[in-house]
Formats: sequence, structure tokens, C-alpha cells
Amino acid sequence: MKIGVLAIQGDVREHLRHTQRAGAEAVEVRLPRDLDGTDGLIIPGGESTTIGMLMEEYGLIEAIRNRARSSAYPIYGTCAGLILMAKNVIGKSPARLGLMDIDASRNAYGRQIASFEVPLPVPALGGTPFPAVFIRAPKIQRMGDGVMALASHDGEVVMAEQGPYLVSSFHPEMSEDIRIHQYFLEKVEKLARVRQ
Amino acid sequence: MQEQRGTYNVKSGLAEMLKGGVIMDVTTPEQAAIAEKAGAVAVMALERVPADIRKAGGVARMADPRIVKSIQEAVSIPVMAKVRIGHFVEARVLEALEVDYIDESEVLTPADDQYHIDKWRFEVPFVCGARDLGEALRRIAEGAAMIRTKGEPGTGNVVEAVRHLRAVNSQIRHVVATPESELADLAKELRAPLDLVKQVKELGRLPVVNFSAGGVATPADAALMMQLGADGIFVGSGVFKSQNPEKTARAVVRATLHYNDPKVIAEVSEDIGEAMPGLEMATLEAKDRMQDRGI
Repeated sequence: MKIGVLAIQGDVREHLRHTQRAGAEAVEVRLPRDLDGTDGLIIPGGESTTIGMLMEEYGLIEAIRNRARSSAYPIYGTCAGLILMAKNVIGKSPARLGLMDIDASRNAYGRQIASFEVPLPVPALGGTPFPAVFIRAPKIQRMGDGVMALASHDGEVVMAEQGPYLVSSFHPEMSEDIRIHQYFLEKVEKLARVRQ
Repeated sequence: MQEQRGTYNVKSGLAEMLKGGVIMDVTTPEQAAIAEKAGAVAVMALERVPADIRKAGGVARMADPRIVKSIQEAVSIPVMAKVRIGHFVEARVLEALEVDYIDESEVLTPADDQYHIDKWRFEVPFVCGARDLGEALRRIAEGAAMIRTKGEPGTGNVVEAVRHLRAVNSQIRHVVATPESELADLAKELRAPLDLVKQVKELGRLPVVNFSAGGVATPADAALMMQLGADGIFVGSGVFKSQNPEKTARAVVRATLHYNDPKVIAEVSEDIGEAMPGLEMATLEAKDRMQDRGI
């Protein structure tokens, strides 16, 4: 299995490492041709305005959208990646993929001083809470009918999925815990089996 | 579940998110908007850019809170601001303003010639400058969650940034090659805590993100620092002292992303106007050298 990690800016190295540790090949995606042969894509945290703008300039938004249109293409967006996956963004909205039926608001928890970490119960991962790190994190303000919540914190959904798409407002790559990457890889594998 | 704020993980985490990006010095909301539109990952709110601090002389201090606030209102990317070395009250002021990162910076006139700020006491993260590995690890030991290798600020001359990044890298290679049993001695030589030296040996790099700062004036300068191993770039006077700040800002961001692709660097460097005027190091007197402050 080969997973692309969008390598424009942000926590690229850590996602490559987690994906490899979870048992898949991981490649950097900077240009549309780098998507060839990938079974799925991870969009790391970083600055969503910067990442979205540069994705658009280098034709990545169109290339990824086309891929998603022609067949189920699994994508996991974390933090900035969640914003880039959201259909609507409240306030200043960056160029993005908009593939998932959610509304997101940027930096909704506040500035860096409000960033936090918390042991987060994620039922789909089993009983042990996941060490979730929220950095200038976005919030999901609305979820469409097909969207399923996977984890909540303080009454707000912080991890969700819709078909081949997975998003989290927190960073799963900042601890040694690789369960969310494993969860995403299982999703990719299942979809690959369905396609065959 | 209990949320924990201001942990080292959370502080160094924001720096991790800036990797591969460009942080630009700005002095007005208009400049901040230009930086954001060009693709900067963060801005540094200042009263004067380093080239003007150099010209003005006298004591350079933290910016007027009104400047910081107006810049915070103008952009949605993180806003950083500088305090004088050792001036923990200026730092408390910036923390109260909720800046996203504090730069304890040699560009301003030091307030304490012996001690840096005890950065563990703050919830807001700090970035500090360093010219070599020992200096970087001392700052990390004081609680810095991000390092920038120093150049000579406000000169538009990249030579010092290159020298210091090379120094840090070569010292890291030396630590990696040194047997465990000799590390304590090496730590003493570096004047750095042993546990951090051990961590460097294990990781093969600094334990926090390391940007390059000081003297970057062109897209090729930025790509040079990236190829030498910087995690990202601070551009001080380089953008807004150039002939065409919009174009220069855009070009530096794109050259930083595609630092390994000379064709892209050529493309983005074309027709962007003149870079900021540069200064030859030999023309600087010892008192004018900012990099020697707080080491």
C-alpha cells in the first residue's frame, strides 16, 4: 500500500514516519504527478492559507478532486487538512478541496495560548484514550447527513468521517501512538478491496 | 478530560506546523496582509525592521502594543513579536496580548547581559537565536521551543547565516559520531546540558525546529538555507526593504517550498525588482554586530 503525504509545508516528516510505522509505504506529494500510484493521501497540519494557495498554484487541488471524482480516493486531513477538506469555511476561507460535507471555522479555539493537549476517548480505537494535541485548532461547526462523528471533546466533534474521508481537528502525529494512522490504513485497504 | 495548556509539546508543536514555511517581519497591518497573501506561514510584528533599527541606533525595544494588536487583527496566520533578551516583563506584556510566539531577540538591545528569560514560566512559546550548537541547547534548556540560527540581521548579507547553520550542523555530526562514554565531556565543552546533548545524538538533529534568520534577501538565499538543512526561513528586512515587496515575498515563499528545484527558483526570481541593499560584514564595527548579543 502506498500513501501520499502532501509535502507543501507543516508536519510532513512526522506523518511520513507514522505512516511507515503503521506498515505502508509513504511518499511526499509536491506536484500532481506525485499522486500516481498512491492509494490514499494524508494532508498534514500547517498553515491552511499557505498550503491551500500553493496546492492551487501547482494544480494539486484539481488533480486530487479529479481523482476523488473518478473513484473513492481516501484522504485524511488533520488540523489545516480538515479545513482544506471542508465544503464550507466560516470567515476567511482559503483555496481548498472542499470534498467533505462539513463547515469548519479556523483557529476556533483561539490563539496559540489556548492550544492544549488532552487524552481523548476515541471509541473506534478501543478503550485507551488517544493523546490528542490541538494547536490553533479548527472546529467542525456543522456536519452533513452522511458524516459520522468518531470523537468529541467538550461537546464538539473533533474527529469525523464520510465515506473515504477522515478528518481530525487535532494532530495524531505528535506522539508515538500510531492507532489513527492504522485506522486510516485499514480504511484504505477496505476501499481497495471493494474496488477489486 | 483535563485539557493541558502551555505544555512543551504544545509549544514546540506550533513551530513544527511552520516547517517548510517563511516567517516575515512586518511593521504595519498592510504589510502583514501582503505577507499573508504571498503565502507566509506567520508574521513577526515589529516597530522597525532590523535594517532600520541599525540605522536608527539607540536602544531598540519591544513594539508598541497597538502595532501588535493591529497586525493581529489584519491576519489569520500566527503573529510573533520580539522582546529584548532577558526582559521578562516585555514578555509578559506580549503574552497578555496573546501573541502566538515570542522571539527573545538580539535584534533588540539586550535588557540583561547575564540571564535570558526563564521561558519555562510562560504558557506562550519562545524562539531564540543561536550561532552554534551549545548556544542552541542552552536556549532550549531555558525553555525555548524553537531555534533560529542567527545571521547578521538587517544586512541583506547571507554569509553569517550560512556560517552559523554550517557550524550547528557540523557540531551535530560530531555529537552523533561521539561515543556515549565521551558525551559528558563534550557537553562540558559545548556548555550545554548532557541530557540535551544525548537527545541530539539520538535524533541526529536539534530536538526542536530550527529556522534560519538574518541576512536572507533573495529567493536563492532562502533556498540555499533550506538546502543547508534549515526547517524554514525568517525574512527580516529582505521583503519590505526590497524594491517590490509583493513580488519578493511571493518568490521567497515559492523558492523555500521548491528549494531543490533550480528551475522553479529561476522562474520565481525573474523580474522581481532589486533586492534590499546589502552590507559587507567587514564594514561593520564590533558594536554594530547584533549576533554577538546574548550567547
